[in-house]
Amino acid sequence: MSPARVVLAKPGLDGHDRGIKVVAMALRDAGAEVVYLGLRRTPEEIWRAAVDEDADVVGVSVLSGAHIALAAELVAERMRAGADIPLVVGGTVPAEDAETLRAMGVEAVHPVGTSLPLVVDSVLALGARERTA
Amino acid sequence: MSAADTTDAGIPVAPVYAEVDVAAGLAERLGAPGAPPFTRGPYPTMYRGQLWTMRQFAGFGSPEDANARFKFLLERGQSALSVAFDLPTQLGYDSANPAARADVGRVGVAVDTADDMVDLFDGIPLDRISVNFTINATAPIILAMYLVAAERQGAASVDLAGTLQNDILKEFLARKTFIYPPAPSLRLSCDVIEYAAGALPRFNPISITGYHAREAGCDAVQELALALANAIAYGEALVARGLAFDSFAPRLSFHFATTMDLFEEVAKLRAARRLWYRIATERFGAAEPSSGRLRFFSGNSGTTLTAQQPLNNVVRSTIQCLGAVLGGAQSIHVMGYDEAYEIPSEEAVTLSLRTQQIIALESGVARTADPLAGSYFVEALTDELEARARALLDELDAAGGAAAAIEAGMPQRWIAESAYRLEREVSTGERPRVGVNVYATDGDGGALGEMFAADPGVAERHAARTAERVAARDADACRAATDAVMVAARGGGNVMPPLIDATRAGATLGELADVFRSVFGEFREPQLW
Repeated sequence: MSPARVVLAKPGLDGHDRGIKVVAMALRDAGAEVVYLGLRRTPEEIWRAAVDEDADVVGVSVLSGAHIALAAELVAERMRAGADIPLVVGGTVPAEDAETLRAMGVEAVHPVGTSLPLVVDSVLALGARERTA
Repeated sequence: MSAADTTDAGIPVAPVYAEVDVAAGLAERLGAPGAPPFTRGPYPTMYRGQLWTMRQFAGFGSPEDANARFKFLLERGQSALSVAFDLPTQLGYDSANPAARADVGRVGVAVDTADDMVDLFDGIPLDRISVNFTINATAPIILAMYLVAAERQGAASVDLAGTLQNDILKEFLARKTFIYPPAPSLRLSCDVIEYAAGALPRFNPISITGYHAREAGCDAVQELALALANAIAYGEALVARGLAFDSFAPRLSFHFATTMDLFEEVAKLRAARRLWYRIATERFGAAEPSSGRLRFFSGNSGTTLTAQQPLNNVVRSTIQCLGAVLGGAQSIHVMGYDEAYEIPSEEAVTLSLRTQQIIALESGVARTADPLAGSYFVEALTDELEARARALLDELDAAGGAAAAIEAGMPQRWIAESAYRLEREVSTGERPRVGVNVYATDGDGGALGEMFAADPGVAERHAARTAERVAARDADACRAATDAVMVAARGGGNVMPPLIDATRAGATLGELADVFRSVFGEFREPQLW
């Protein structure tokens, strides 16, 4: 059995997908099952896919600076959808915004510059926590 | 062989180069600066005749916000403008669209109407200041609005200089601001090029771009091959319309990255010119030398900049700017040292401009054309990059050309695999990044000075302004003009003349993008992952 089922997506209009694809490949190499939903996904699409795929973790990447507004929409929709799945946010997130995101209910934040093994470990640890919960 | 003994693209590098390492026939491969095959540069005297254009990419918030940043840059000696549009503008949504809300004014300026374009250039004479527009899927609409703004200033279209990125093929490869499927997208790009060939003699209607594929992760060889394969695709599409290659080729411009591996980057830029000259003459039968004379803009690489120890990025950008100059760039953008986190602050963007000015005026590198010519190493590397890029071009040809290869996902896989390889090399320390995997110290992140602060109210204010303008326009005239765009889109006539009329009549970017959506449909990227 894989260590985690992970749904990844790009919310908002931002097209910078280098980071999220690299994370997808690294998670797969670490044994995780990864579904990458692609660009311009709405909060509804993301949580529907997460529930359908029985995901342990949802990861999104935002490099347009719109991370706060988009995370707020995602956290609100997670509650509406009744999806009790941790959300991880990566991208161009300044330190003070990372704290804001955590306070909003984002489980982990990985700003640009975070090492790849650290991102993988963080996602797998969240996945393991979900499975033992 | 480890990363220490090879270039970024994996080309082995010997400890020493000598005459024997340079193949015979160098003089023919070089030519003189300004003469075929243009290896040594597009102009005979290069920067002695005219310095490169210093063109910092800028734009955020409302048209007034961006206008203030433009004036800030011009007052500090910048010689031209380069407009960054927000994602809704790039993707054909007005600021009021719910899909756009979070992104209005974030990565660039929000433009909904021709009136916005008038505000954007308020007090900036468009017949004297050249403007670059980083816009692709909505490039025809933005060009139309720019022409209307110029007309309102009383500027003659023959005097308008600048560049429209308008390279939609590379959006499917990287960057990803496509709207419509590839075939109608290519048609719109070509409509712009065809229109400009007659009406805008000083304007570059396309900037064929390897930069974004490179930033998305590919190497220097792949960057060359992908940009040139796309150039071939545009050339073939325009020739298929019945246009003579020499009628549009001299106005095709290019855009390459300049990253950290200094000599490889210089060699790449020299090889690019030679490759394009050969393609223009051998493949397209160009008769005019200027049809094979490659001119390019270089954006320095954002992905080489680090969030850790951000001041180190000033040094990285200096090396990259030097590489672009030694490679013979016509215009250059230098990244802000804080761009790993935000739109550059005024302090950072001033330092970027000063970096260019110091290289131009103090270093002496602008005194002579192609100063590295004849270096055993640089010539051997230029030849090697050319040969490797040709081999990849053959692969892309065998796959049916750029458009077919992109549809099959082939180059997208090159890019993603190369990005992953690079990232693993950084993780393992095989590829050194100072301040990241070597000489890292605790508490390095976020040690920036003044940061850019985005304005959270811009979406609402800009949407309200557009609503007022829509209410004030002549609704019947606008509808008739918009219908004419629909007729051209359906029928295959050039969309530019009706688009200019429609934007003049007050049609919004979102309305016009919707006209094209209704005719062409929207593209959804196939998931290769």
